[in-house]
Amino acid sequence: MSEFLAMGGHAAFVWPSYAVAVGALVALAAVSLRQWRAAKAEVARLEALGPRRRGGGGA
Amino acid sequence: MDGNAAPRGRSLHRFANPGRFMRLSGAVLPWAAALGFAVSAVGLVWGLGFAPRDWQQGDTVRIMYVHVPAAWMAMGGYLGLAIASLMSLVWRHPLADIAATSIAPVGAVFTAICLVTGSLWGKPMWGTWWVWDARLTSVLVLFFLYLGHIALTSAFDEPERAARPAAILALIGAVTLPIIKFSVDWWNTLHQPASVTRFDAPAVHVDILWPLLIAGLGFLFAFAAIVLLRMRTAILERRARALMLARAAETRAPEVVPA
Amino acid sequence: MSRKKRRLWILLLCGLGLGTATALTLTAFEDSLVFFFSPSDLAAKPMPPDRPFRVGGLVEAGSVSRSTNAEGRMETAFLVTDGTRSLRVTYTGILPDLFREGQGVVAEGRLRPDGSFAASTVLARHDETYMPPEVADALKRAGHWQPGQPPPPAALWNTLTAPATN
Repeated sequence: MSEFLAMGGHAAFVWPSYAVAVGALVALAAVSLRQWRAAKAEVARLEALGPRRRGGGGA
Repeated sequence: MDGNAAPRGRSLHRFANPGRFMRLSGAVLPWAAALGFAVSAVGLVWGLGFAPRDWQQGDTVRIMYVHVPAAWMAMGGYLGLAIASLMSLVWRHPLADIAATSIAPVGAVFTAICLVTGSLWGKPMWGTWWVWDARLTSVLVLFFLYLGHIALTSAFDEPERAARPAAILALIGAVTLPIIKFSVDWWNTLHQPASVTRFDAPAVHVDILWPLLIAGLGFLFAFAAIVLLRMRTAILERRARALMLARAAETRAPEVVPA
Repeated sequence: MSRKKRRLWILLLCGLGLGTATALTLTAFEDSLVFFFSPSDLAAKPMPPDRPFRVGGLVEAGSVSRSTNAEGRMETAFLVTDGTRSLRVTYTGILPDLFREGQGVVAEGRLRPDGSFAASTVLARHDETYMPPEVADALKRAGHWQPGQPPPPAALWNTLTAPATN
């Protein structure tokens, strides 16, 4: 196990590479998901506010 | 149903509610996300724990399993950005703009991963974090092109107005793609030539090649999933804007509402 | 749609012009885009003395000699070759891990009056072959790969199952 962690003496380069890649992708996915939820909530709010949006038109 | 009642022109409906895309992407997204996660995990765990060492690089070869797929996504993503921009300029299809805006940040993140992991590999192997050779410099230019595209599209309040300048920027930037790909053949570079995508046999042993290709496939699914999610978000954001504008117009002059 | 077709044509023409302009620019700046010169390049186009530049090639087999100088620093001298010509390089300091005979190398420095190259930095240049050490050993044992030489063509080994210890 410790041999695996040591990465042949190059642990300081191998592990940060994976940390950067996985960290950046997880962060991107999380931010994208949060923006999606916010947009969905915003559309739902606006649609609930305005029943006159389509079809019926004015009056 | 899907708001295509007005077949052409810039009707708000068509703009804000590409229903067919929402339905299709909604069906594809969970699969792409699950595959992106699972296949990437298989490729990376294989590369990290089970693939053999390299005869000259030792364990640092494992950095390749994130570096090379990230580089493929960086370039493939820009190709997608350029194609979407071409479609946006020629056919003025709003979905093409949305695709371009959604690809740019994802491509930028993959390019950043490629640059950082490459640097982490270069220090122990080459003996330097960074050199200004043609390959490294052209990939850095690609990163700045992505950032430029993001900056340009977010500089406009109405995303529709950013579409054309951003598309032109993306298309001009596409000249870097062949330069990146062939830099290692055209000029002497510190970066080694292509190992996988070459005309003769790949110069990578199968035990190292398989986890690399699987990680690449996983990154592709992950890329697609995040881009689809961002496109869906952008469509909802545009719909929210359209709803707000419509409400504002209604409250200001209710009698002028057409039809 | 003729308008769409026209837009497509305009874009294609712009792309052609942009591509040509880029190709011309890159050709014009070729010398500065090259990260290093080979010993043959230097023979064809000699560098003025005292101008720093980079020379690259393979470390010639059997040419590496190491010594320790008066301050106890490691001094290395070796030949950088491109197969046709070679250049004598000397360097004081610690070499990168990958540095060995037959390995690609890029040295940064300047020419001495005696025509040898005084390197201030030595970078290892990785080649594009990736294989497990067992496969490399098997190739060398079978005589397909002479030590200090570049590896044999990839088709010979990229599906080789390695640990045939014989």
